[in-house]
Amino acid sequence: MFRYALNRLIQLIPTIFGIYTLAFFLMRVLPGDTATVLIGFRENQEALENLRRVMKLDEPIFSQYLAFLQGALRGDLGRSYLTGIPVTEMIAWAITATIALTVAAMAIAVIIGIPLGIIAALRRNSVWDNFSRLIALLGVSIPVFWLGVQLQILFGLQLKWLPVSGNGMDIHIILPAFTASLGTLALLTRMTRSSMLEELSQDYVRTAYGKGLHARTVIIRHALRNALLPVVTVWGGSLANLLSGTLLVEVIFSWPGMGRLLIQAINTRDYPLVQALVIIFALIYAGINLLIDLSYPLIDPRIRING
Amino acid sequence: MDEVTNLSVKQRSLLGDALRRMFKNPLTVIGAFLVALALICAIFAPWIAPYSATKGDLKNFYIKPPSVEHPFGTDDLGRDILSRVIYGSQISVKIALLAEGAGLIVGTFLGLMTGYYGGSLFDSIVMRIVDILMAFPLLIIAIALIGVLGASEGNLIIALALVIWPFVTRLVRSQALALREAEYVTAARTVGAGDFGIMFRHILPNTLTPIVVYGTLGIASVILSEAALSFLGLGTTEQTIPSWGKMLNESRAFMRTAPLMPIWPGLAILITVLGFNLLGDGLRDALDVRAR
Repeated sequence: MFRYALNRLIQLIPTIFGIYTLAFFLMRVLPGDTATVLIGFRENQEALENLRRVMKLDEPIFSQYLAFLQGALRGDLGRSYLTGIPVTEMIAWAITATIALTVAAMAIAVIIGIPLGIIAALRRNSVWDNFSRLIALLGVSIPVFWLGVQLQILFGLQLKWLPVSGNGMDIHIILPAFTASLGTLALLTRMTRSSMLEELSQDYVRTAYGKGLHARTVIIRHALRNALLPVVTVWGGSLANLLSGTLLVEVIFSWPGMGRLLIQAINTRDYPLVQALVIIFALIYAGINLLIDLSYPLIDPRIRING
Repeated sequence: MDEVTNLSVKQRSLLGDALRRMFKNPLTVIGAFLVALALICAIFAPWIAPYSATKGDLKNFYIKPPSVEHPFGTDDLGRDILSRVIYGSQISVKIALLAEGAGLIVGTFLGLMTGYYGGSLFDSIVMRIVDILMAFPLLIIAIALIGVLGASEGNLIIALALVIWPFVTRLVRSQALALREAEYVTAARTVGAGDFGIMFRHILPNTLTPIVVYGTLGIASVILSEAALSFLGLGTTEQTIPSWGKMLNESRAFMRTAPLMPIWPGLAILITVLGFNLLGDGLRDALDVRAR
């Protein structure tokens, strides 16, 4: 297990390297001369030269790349063009907001999705089952930004039950979290239903019933335990997707997270901030995927890892 | 002798068989109907739409709620929303088909090459790039790329295709890796078929089923991504034809006074995406021999 973990960590190195490289070249595909694009006019030659020198744009591209890598490895991703604050500081603020929203959305998806999937499997073709299928279908087809706007109109403006936008760990988080949860909710419901159906048809379930166990004991202690393994697997994958899925939700509900910061940075042409956000997003994404991989043998004792 | 000839059954082609199976499922029929609706709207928009998508009514230069003349109402410039939604299908369908098409072509080609030459240096380089791209949350990459390059239809298609191809390459490579060991491939090689002939005439046709299924489901997610990017102001800069995502974003400004306005473009996206999802699911169930 330890060697497996070490191996996966070593495999992460080229990925991180690739992330930095891609982010660096992302900023080099700017059409035209970066300094000119930033300053916006060509008349002031002196300002252009100054900017080129400060940004080290007059150096060869390879030494620019090396300087960028050196800085990035020390955690220095540059300063915002707009505020002059180190971009990592600006992102640190936004990360907590994004994580709070992601955790809340995930909680909603798990609390509703898994019980709904279990009920749907136990009562096949009942109203609940059809409801779960409807959710699974709509969850992959409803545009999340449209759902968000409709919820704002219904609960914020018409019924006036909840605030339309803004942040806070109170009632402000309800609408954005629910909006962001839909895709994951649909996935968890579908996976729990199909996996539960499969387990319920297994011999050990019949044996458990046969020796006179209570239906509740059979379902919860025997079938559910095994049924949840594949659910946990997709759950991990959806966690990473949820991270970028919250982007649109943040924009709609003015939630001060990383997604909204990215759109603001793009609109104000704050390129170092765009670059840093892409890197941070990718690092978090890679980190989550690593944790999921490492957790498989812990969740499922049937998976034995050698080497 | 007579008995033998009388036994002859009606010939059923493989494709006809699959189609028959597909349309037995009512959900697939609904999906095909919704997809056809979107395509018809996109192709025949000028004939179907009751009004122009861009010309407002100068006498009614304000938002109107749904009425008999304007079933979806009019927007802030007095333009008929129903007509704008019908025209909007052109952008969604065009960008989705071009981006998905480009992603599928590049992905299939690289998938065939890496699979056929599996284990070669070319294979490891391409797959390393695929791994790195897939290590990114891809919507974020698309947003950042368009944000840096500037919003335009070409950049939108490039960004979306960039997000699609790694998945297609992975899918096709795994198929090609298995198929190159198949006996019929050895047979083809024995009679002197070249590498490219084997790849495109023998392996490709046998990987088409997953490609078609993946492509159909992929169109659904491309339409969603395109709408999301347009919603964020990173979509097409086309002025004459409205895009659903942009319409939805613009209508947000009138949320308080015209709460029905944001419904229509979103409903159009939902219906089109639902259609492709249902059709894709139906295709998978009908074409996947093992699932039966």
